[in-house]
Amino acid sequence: MNTTDLEKKRAEIEKQGYSILNLGPTHPATHGIFQNILTMDGDIIIDAVPTVGYIHRAFEKLAERRAYYQITTITDRMNYCSSPINNFGWHMTMEKLLGIEVPKRAQYLRVILMELARIADHLICNSVIGVDTGALSGFLYVFQEREKVYEIYEEICGARLTTNLGRIGGLERDFPKKAWDKIHAFIESLPKALDEFETLLSRNRIFMDRTIGAGPISAERALNYGFTGPNLRAAGVDYDVRVATPYSSYEDFDFQIPVGVNGDTYDRFMVRQEEMHQSLSIIKQAIAKLPEGPIHADVPEIYLPPKEEVYNNMEALIYQFKIVMGESNVPAGEVYHSVEGGNGELGFYLISDGGRTPFRLSLRRPCFIYYQAYTEMIKGAMLSDAILTLSSLNVIAGELDA
Amino acid sequence: MENVTQEIGKALQDKFGDAIVSQSLIVDFPTFVVKKEKILDIMKFLFDFELYKFQFLTSLCGVHFPDNVKEEEYSVVYQLHDLVRNQRIRLKVFTSESHIQVPSVTSLFSTANWLERETFDFFGIQFTGHPNLVKILNMEDQPYFPMRKQYPLEDGTREDKDDSKFGR
Repeated sequence: MNTTDLEKKRAEIEKQGYSILNLGPTHPATHGIFQNILTMDGDIIIDAVPTVGYIHRAFEKLAERRAYYQITTITDRMNYCSSPINNFGWHMTMEKLLGIEVPKRAQYLRVILMELARIADHLICNSVIGVDTGALSGFLYVFQEREKVYEIYEEICGARLTTNLGRIGGLERDFPKKAWDKIHAFIESLPKALDEFETLLSRNRIFMDRTIGAGPISAERALNYGFTGPNLRAAGVDYDVRVATPYSSYEDFDFQIPVGVNGDTYDRFMVRQEEMHQSLSIIKQAIAKLPEGPIHADVPEIYLPPKEEVYNNMEALIYQFKIVMGESNVPAGEVYHSVEGGNGELGFYLISDGGRTPFRLSLRRPCFIYYQAYTEMIKGAMLSDAILTLSSLNVIAGELDA
Repeated sequence: MENVTQEIGKALQDKFGDAIVSQSLIVDFPTFVVKKEKILDIMKFLFDFELYKFQFLTSLCGVHFPDNVKEEEYSVVYQLHDLVRNQRIRLKVFTSESHIQVPSVTSLFSTANWLERETFDFFGIQFTGHPNLVKILNMEDQPYFPMRKQYPLEDGTREDKDDSKFGR
């Protein structure tokens, strides 16, 4: 809208006796760059106009100019709270296009990492709901646990936030002993931290009063809005990509899908809380069943050879050059692959024309899709509930704007 | 999966006749190319279809094929999902630069609202019947549609970089 239109609209709203409040784009309570222009009647929200795109980085266009293996770094920066899930989602899309079967061990290791990422993602979301209701200490307790997850990433790939973990065809290296030690220590300490956190919040009168009934959405509306992940399950629909279309051997594990009833902030909190317990159980099962074997598929055209072979073996040197220059042969085709990301179904729709880069890569970002329901969810609510609704939806700016 | 494609394809053929241009199974996705004028009717039909109820719009995106024949340069791809029977399908419509209008499906799926705005933003596809078709991620007054293939990623005015050997 141009300035005169805005002025006209403002005058119209003020004539009705409402006031306008500009929430964001940089506001300490919104945890990210979200702008909402709210029409307020006292403390009640009448209407909201969300503006998105403040950190738009044109990932889909960037992807059209990058060799396939270089796109992993782009996926890191979407939902940066659970980047390994994004990385592996992209790798699995490529494996589907190339027809690569990844060895069981790599699949199980991926599952362990993806579930660790899910725990880290849910920890942030749930503790921040606590912060927005005024309970800061829970946030500080569980952030210690999140730090442990980041240390595990660090042992495995060297990075903490934007992990660039794994490769097309498998993982780049097996977990070192230090990583295993840290994983075992984490499995020990997380239940205690979660218990402590739940004692603080889940049956806390103030917390319940603040969150029950705040920002509800019915199952029907949630489906119509394309909700997926914990937010959809909180509304009572048991859709989980890990169960509906298992990938990376999720069919081998036994776990429950928690569902809520009302789809309000409290249900979303409880669903995420239970999902962390389930993720922990999946990790334990994966460790118990972990098979021996290689950690990557035998695909020399796609998977980088080990360094010592590159120096001593002609063939490995050729492959190294071909892969690094992005000249690996990729068939023409069209695939869609989705994984259960921290916030829902993270989908990659890839069209390849046989060239060195994707012809088109469309990213199904769950945040972008469900954030459009935000206006509907906060209409008639108080401003403080709107903040809670935003944090309980776990809208990640990086994924929203891509 | 092949017989699912046949099954849905036959029902669509019976109902819409030559509005269904082609059908195929691409990897694990039954894919139907349909005439753009009928897309909303077809989606409504699939929404309450007796075999599968495709009531969940997973994704909607635009694609630009500059090398296609003149009438089919732009495509909109819809992916639908029947969550109960866990069946997915893909619908495609093709359109051209001169007739860039495609009927909006926002009346059926609220999801489509922002996805269509995004597709308009990046490909310039006009969705007729959309309640608020303005750019979403880019500036509203940006005069071009950046995901079209004629716009290079790099700033065309730069002379210090020669990356003709990289990417497309």
